[in-house]
Order: sequence, then C-alpha cells, then structure tokens
Amino acid sequence: MSLKKNNLTEFFSTLPKNIFSGFVVSLIALPLGLGLAMASDAPPIAGIIAAVVGGIMVSILGGSHVTISGPGNGLVGVLLVAISTLGLESAYVAIVFSGVFLMLLGFFRMGTLADFFPSSAIQGMLAAIGLIILGKQFHIMLAHKIKREDTIDYLLEIPYTINDAIHYGNKGLIFAALAGVISLAIMLFYSKIRNKYLQLIPAPMWIVLLSIGFSYYFEMWLHEPNPISQKYMISGIPTIQTIIADIPIPNFSGIWSFSFFGSVLALTLISSIESLLSIKAVDKLDPERRRSNVNRDLKALGLATVGSGLLGGLNVVTVIARSSVNVNNGASNRSANFFHAVFLVLFIVLFSTQLTRIPLPALMAILVYTGYKLAAPTVITKIFSIGKEQLVIFFVTLIVTLKIGLITGIIAGVLATLIIHIVINKSVGLFLRNVLKPNVLMFKEEGAQNNFYVSVKHFCSFLNYYKLKEQLDAVPEDQDVIVDFSMCEFVDHTVMENMHSYQELFKKRGGHFDVVGLDMHDTDSEHPFALRRMLPVPKMIKKSLTRRQTNIEVLSEDYNYNYSPKKQKEISFLDDFLFFNTKHINHIYNELSHKDESARLFDIEFSEGEFIAKEVVRSTMLHIQLDKAIPEFTLDREGFLEKLSGFAGYKDIPIQDHEDFSNRFHLLGHNEAYIKRFFNDDLTHFFESNPYYHVESNGSSLLIFGKERIASLKEIKALFDYGKRLKDVII
Amino acid sequence: MSLKPFKSIGIGVAYSPNLKANLFEAARLSVFFGAKLFLIHVGEASEEKINVLRVILHDFNKDKLDSEVIFKNGEPVEAILSASEEKKIDLLILGAVKREQLFKYYVGSIARKITRQAKCSILLLIKPSVERIPCEHIVVNGLKDPRTEQTIKAAFYMANKLKVQKITIVEEINEEQIDVKVNDDKSLRRATIAKERISLRENSRIKEIIEHIPEAYIENKKIKLQPIFGKKGYSIGHYAQISRADLLVMNAPSKMTFWDRLFPHDIEHILTELPTDVLILQ
Repeated sequence: MSLKKNNLTEFFSTLPKNIFSGFVVSLIALPLGLGLAMASDAPPIAGIIAAVVGGIMVSILGGSHVTISGPGNGLVGVLLVAISTLGLESAYVAIVFSGVFLMLLGFFRMGTLADFFPSSAIQGMLAAIGLIILGKQFHIMLAHKIKREDTIDYLLEIPYTINDAIHYGNKGLIFAALAGVISLAIMLFYSKIRNKYLQLIPAPMWIVLLSIGFSYYFEMWLHEPNPISQKYMISGIPTIQTIIADIPIPNFSGIWSFSFFGSVLALTLISSIESLLSIKAVDKLDPERRRSNVNRDLKALGLATVGSGLLGGLNVVTVIARSSVNVNNGASNRSANFFHAVFLVLFIVLFSTQLTRIPLPALMAILVYTGYKLAAPTVITKIFSIGKEQLVIFFVTLIVTLKIGLITGIIAGVLATLIIHIVINKSVGLFLRNVLKPNVLMFKEEGAQNNFYVSVKHFCSFLNYYKLKEQLDAVPEDQDVIVDFSMCEFVDHTVMENMHSYQELFKKRGGHFDVVGLDMHDTDSEHPFALRRMLPVPKMIKKSLTRRQTNIEVLSEDYNYNYSPKKQKEISFLDDFLFFNTKHINHIYNELSHKDESARLFDIEFSEGEFIAKEVVRSTMLHIQLDKAIPEFTLDREGFLEKLSGFAGYKDIPIQDHEDFSNRFHLLGHNEAYIKRFFNDDLTHFFESNPYYHVESNGSSLLIFGKERIASLKEIKALFDYGKRLKDVII
Repeated sequence: MSLKPFKSIGIGVAYSPNLKANLFEAARLSVFFGAKLFLIHVGEASEEKINVLRVILHDFNKDKLDSEVIFKNGEPVEAILSASEEKKIDLLILGAVKREQLFKYYVGSIARKITRQAKCSILLLIKPSVERIPCEHIVVNGLKDPRTEQTIKAAFYMANKLKVQKITIVEEINEEQIDVKVNDDKSLRRATIAKERISLRENSRIKEIIEHIPEAYIENKKIKLQPIFGKKGYSIGHYAQISRADLLVMNAPSKMTFWDRLFPHDIEHILTELPTDVLILQ
C-alpha cells in the first residue's frame, strides 16, 4: 500500500519535468511528423495522427519507460512503395494489418526478432533507407520536384538539381530553394552552436518558427504575398474538425494481392526492427536503469498502429532521436510520451492555419539531414574499421535494398553474412551441425563471489545469438557474469557488438560483465567488435588485442605496472613449484608485472598428461618474489590436493590452536617444524578470513591462483589485492 | 546397498591399432570390479586371434583376471547384442571415434546403434590408454527420474572402486519449470526467486538420495551439487567438459522413438559430442 502511495507521490512530483520534456519532444515531433508523412507521399497530417495515437496508446499500455513513439524514419521507404502501388486507401488497410502482426509478434514473445539479423546488414538497410529519404527529398529541398521510377535515379540526379537551382530565374523558386538551404544549414550547425537560449528550442522547431515568422513578416509589414512559390508551401493541414470528419473508411477490397501482403510484411518487419533497436538503445540511456518489457511494448505499438491506420495515420514505432531528446530533457516515465501527444493535439487545434505557412523545402531539409545521418560516411568508415567483410555485407544489403526492396535487401544481407562466415571458417559443417544445438551453458559458480559463468560452445553468430541472449537476460544486471568463449570456434561481429553493449549495461547498473577465452582467436582488424575465429595453430604475434587484453592494459596503467600480452617461453621461475611437478608449462602470456619484477600476474597455459591423455589448461596466476627466505609449503582447501599425484608422500600439517584453519585448509610441506613456526596467528587469521586460493611457496617466492581457468578482470584485481596483503602479512 | 555391481564386462574386439588400449582399459575395470571379462569378436574363430589377445592380457595374469573370448558371426550390432545377452553381460565397453584434427569425440554408427538397443549398461571411452590415467572427478546426473537414485548410487560405487575424490551431481532443470517469463525488472526478480526455490528443492531431493547411501561410500569424498537450468542431456555434457570431469554417469533414456533421433535430446546429444568417458546405466 505504502509502495503504491510512494509511486503516486513520485509520479506527481516528477510530473512537471515530464510535461516539460513532452513539450520539447512535441516541438521536434511536429515538423518531423509532417515531413515524414510527406516524404511517404501521405497527407502531412498522417504523421501527426501516428504520433498522437502512438503517444497516447503506448504511454498507457506500453512496457518501456522513457521512449517516444510516432512515425519512424525507417518506414518511409516501405510506405512510399505501399502508397504508390496500393493507393492511399489500401495502404491504410495495410498499416492496420501490420499493426495486427506487430501485436502478434508481441504475444508470441518475438521481441528477439531483431537479434536474428546481422548488425552490418541492419546498418546497410538503415543506410539504404537514409539514401531513399535523402535522394527523394533533396530535390524538393531545392524546389525541384521530380518523379523517377528508381530510387537510384533520384540519387544520380542530385548534381543536375544543384546545377538547376543555381540558375533559377523564377523568384518564387529561388526563395523556396533558399528556405531549404538555410534550413539544412540550421540542422547542420545547430549542434555546433553552444548557446543555452538557442538550445532551448530544438533545431526543427527553429525552422518552423523562422519560416512562419518570415511569412508573417511579408504579410504584416511588407503587405506582399509570401515570395515563396505557392507550389512549394505545405498544403492542406486540416483543422481538427475536418480530421474527425475525414476519417477514412477502411476499404478491404484490394487486400488479396501479392503486393498488399508484401507491403504488410515489409511494414511489420521494418517497424518491429526499428522499434526493437530503439528500445534497446533507449534502455541504455534510462537514468533509472529500468528494463523495458519489449514484448508488451510491441503489443502496445501494434495496437497503436491499428488505431492510427484506422484514423488515417502512419505506422507507430519507437523512435530513437525523439526518445533521446526526451531523456535529455529529464523525462522519467511514460507520461512524457503522453504529453508529447497532448501538445501535438494542441498545436493542431490552435495553429493549424499557421502551419500552412511552412515552406516545403524547409521541412524537407530536416529529412535530408536525417537521411544523411543514416547513411553518413562515418557509418561506412566505422564499419570498415571493424573489418573488410563487414563492409561487403553492408554494401550488399545497401545496394540490393536500393535496387529491389527492403525485404529482399535484408535477406541478401543475411545470406551474404552467412556465406562470408562459411568462407572465413572454410567449413559449412561447423554451422550445419551445431546451429540447432543448445550451445550455451550457464550456471552459478559456487563460492563467495556467486558469479554467473556462461560457457559457449561451437560457434556464436547472429544465427544462434538469441540463445546466449536468453541466458544473459535472465541475469540481474547488478550481478557478475563471466562469458567464456574458449570452447567457441567462431564468434561474429554481431555477438561481439552485443557483448560490448552488455558490458556497458552491467557497468552502469553496478554489475560486472567479463568476456574471456578470446585470446586464442584471431581477427582481421584491431577493432574490438571484429569477428573472431579460433586458430588451429596459435600464432605467435597477433594483430589485435582482445577486450580483456586492452582492459588489462588499462589496469596496468592505473596501477603503474608493465604489461606485455606476448607469449613468453622463459618460465624458469616457475620450475621449482610443486604444482608443476606433473605438468608441462607451455607458455605464459598477458603478463602484468611490477616495475621491479617483485610481483607478476600472468595467464598461463600448461598441460597435464601426454599424447592422447593430454589436457591443456589455462589459468591466471600471481607470482610474488620475496626478499626473505620462508619455508616451502603448499596450501589449499581441504580435499583438493589429495588428488594431485605430484604431492604424494606429503601429509597434512596441523597448526595448533587453529582448529578452523586445519579443518578448512590442507597444508603440505617437508620441514614441518619450520612451517609450524612460520604459520603464526597473523598468517593463519589471514587465511581464515580471506577467500580460498591455492598458495604455494618454493622458499623464496609465492605462487597464488584461484580457479583452473582464465580469470576475469575483477578476479585479477582481487588476486592482486590478495597477493599484496598476503605479502604484507608475511613480511 | 541395492547396488548391482558389474559381474561381467563385455568388450567388442576389432583388430585395430587401438586394440591394446581398449583391452587394457576393459581389463583394468574388470579387475577393479572383480568381474569376468568377455571379449566379443565378430568374425571367424582362429587360434591366432586368441593368441594375440592372450599376449596382450598377459600383464593382467597377476591380478587373476578371468576372461573369455567369444566369436560370433554376422552383422556386428546384432552379434554383439546377442552375445551380451547370452552371457548376461551387464557392462558393455565401447570405444568412441575422434573427429579428425579437432579434439571432438563422437560415437560411431555401430556403437551408437548398440547404445540405443542394448539392455545392459554401456561405458563409452573417448581415449583409452595403456597406462592408467587416474580418474579424479565424476559427474553424475541428478534428474528427477525413478532411475536416478540407482544411478547416483552406482556413481558412488564407481567412485569408491576407482578411488575418485570428487563427485558432482548435476541437476538439470528444464527451464519451463520456471513459470515466470523474464520481461522486465519485476518479472526478472520473480524468475530469480523461482529459480532459487527450484534449486533448493532439487538440492534437498538429491541430499535425501545421498543420505540413503552407506557412510562408507561417502567418506572422504568431495560432493558438490550443481543445479543447471538448461536442455536435458546437453547441459550436463557441456558441464562435464568445462569442469574437466573424467567420467560422466547418466541414466539410460526411457524410450527411444524415431522422433527422438530426428530431434536429438537426452542421450543423443551426448553421443554426437562425447565430452568425456560416459557411463550409461541401465
């Protein structure tokens, strides 16, 4: 009860902030809504209807917290095709259908759908959408309306349009083109100008305000008609009464055609992908670190789309740009989305006549900028830095999308990725044999740390990433997770990128997320997201460091240690430790050492047994050089050492007056009297009160390690700390 | 203790390079369990073949190994199965095949058929060796199944005979048992609590089974319970591989239909990807 009340008071105390945030978002949503609808060849008001219906429905029924819903960029391309082939009336029916499918996706818990697409292919698709928007609207921005069959033709004609625009003679066209160019300049330079009063109003709203002001200036002061050609003014913003009167009656007559269902499919696919990607990205921005209920949001979006389609609006999706503005303006719950819709209604009710004073080129400049952002050269350079193969996937998707269509484009991207993976691994079998296997194992490791250990086998790519995701999503973000890829022969870029976003998420919410076991894998580029393939013969010099290695490197700088990732064969300092009596040390690597070499931590690869019984083990160990002589001993938890045949012939040394210590630890050594003297109260207390490690002395130095696997970064820090304190106790 | 110790052990003999290693493993086990060893060869009987076997097993004479060679004609699967039924063999040892270059083992087609059809327990060896490699860690399943108690008991029996110090009982829990689907923070919290409750329940179930095992078998053993939420039959193999177990002990599958082979589950997963030596108890 009190919890409910608390929620309610909190809701009301944050209400002003949410209302303000909703207001700011509506300032962007208004011009964007108009523009996106016009870019899709729909009446401009359709975009506003989508934003209003979406804002109200999703804020009431949705499962996310600070997202904004409305018409999306990604859908422009699909809607354009749908409206031009089906006609506006049937297109609305298609929108309603896609809403129903979206709801079904929610009910069938298909929130993972977006994970089945390789991220480079999605990037390629988004870039193609960007180019579609940019290509078409660029001409309108320069007051040069043209109609072409192919999207590529629009792009190719951009230079001619620029040339034409420079040589305009008509005053109306010159002003129209000027409005476009100035608006584009506002969009481009707005973020560069850091003025707090200027920044109060978002750039798209500046464009709206300036152009309305310009129109009034001519009318009121100069008593002249607006010099911008009437052809390039926004047409027909209906009043609220006409909107209600003009609600289209759904016409189901033309729905049994192939192109209709193609459109429905494309609308559903793109709107779900755009929404899912946006929700995922917004969750990372949420200051209160909440987890969105993706499936519930899909249902709400679907229902909103149905409503919007019936009222004559476009598809409703979750939009990233408006959501991020929402977060930045202090929104804390869904009410901001609701108020954004309310303000939009107010704008239409109060200012519908003023809105017709906006020149079309100004509005289209906003879209040209959005399109450019989706397909910017930086996107391509970023993908290239990850790997050449990603660029191939990117361009295959991009070109096929532009040439044929979105659905074909994304399918081509998936196929290209698959083929590239097969070529890189030189094996079809790896994928065929293992794709259906439940290759992810997660369990809680015993011990005080209680971390989750996740082991992945065979391969991990976009094909089976959802299995890994399912496991990882079941872990609260304030816990510790270790993902081990050492049994995984191939990890692709999509997975690496997702691992990185998990890492960020866990870091923000107080947990730890470590990826281990990739040190044996090779990459083509130095980018941390590059795909990784296990090498049959490990190379001596590798091209790039893994994330764990770069993290260790950072750690070494923080602590002022030397770090060397190279494999070292010079390991004589480990020879006289009993532990290695029956083991063969292959090499040590990732060495982290103190300046004077008194302490060094390293990953080690050693093998037990020979030939067919050979087992290769990798672990992380700490070696501490001591200034004074101490007895030789080996200490581990009770019940662990007996099995090691290397210790045969030694027996447990009891320490007097330390019942607990003797019960829990197994202490071995030759010189019993010396060891008994050495294990004084301080030292025994130290061992009793700290976590278990295997501690071994060879007379002049200590060897300390935890588990027989590579340690995570957090475990490395813990190990270092333990070693340091142990050294202090001994000296 | 209601254990059915293995009284007779059978092994299929093919004159291959692995013969000596296979025979040594089988003979060693027979000595450990005090069982009679049956060497089943599919093919014509000949004095020469028997001689070869006799020479190899010569080392075990001092251990008073009781062995018998059986020659059978016909199709290998049929022959081995019928021989093991005739001689009332209760443990059949089969060798696994290593996939080229990769360190992956799987069960060949003949061994697989035998495993599916045999009415006795099966031991699948991935790397037989002439020298004894001490077995240090046994992983055993703790499925909620009437046979599990017997299986766990047998695992402890094996551990005692092979002087194994560490036993891990893995309780594979079907994820569908958690009735909460993780959607947001609230459902995640509920799912985590549900998981914890199921883990506790499973652990207490296993503890009860362990209580029924005589003290002598439990003494000096490190027993670990590990609940895992995952696919039945597959997660335990994966776990055995990670924890570097030397022997995996499992229940025999209850029944095997055509669909089970098409959509592999339980034991079939283990057969395509042997993580370690596997003992399937009937």
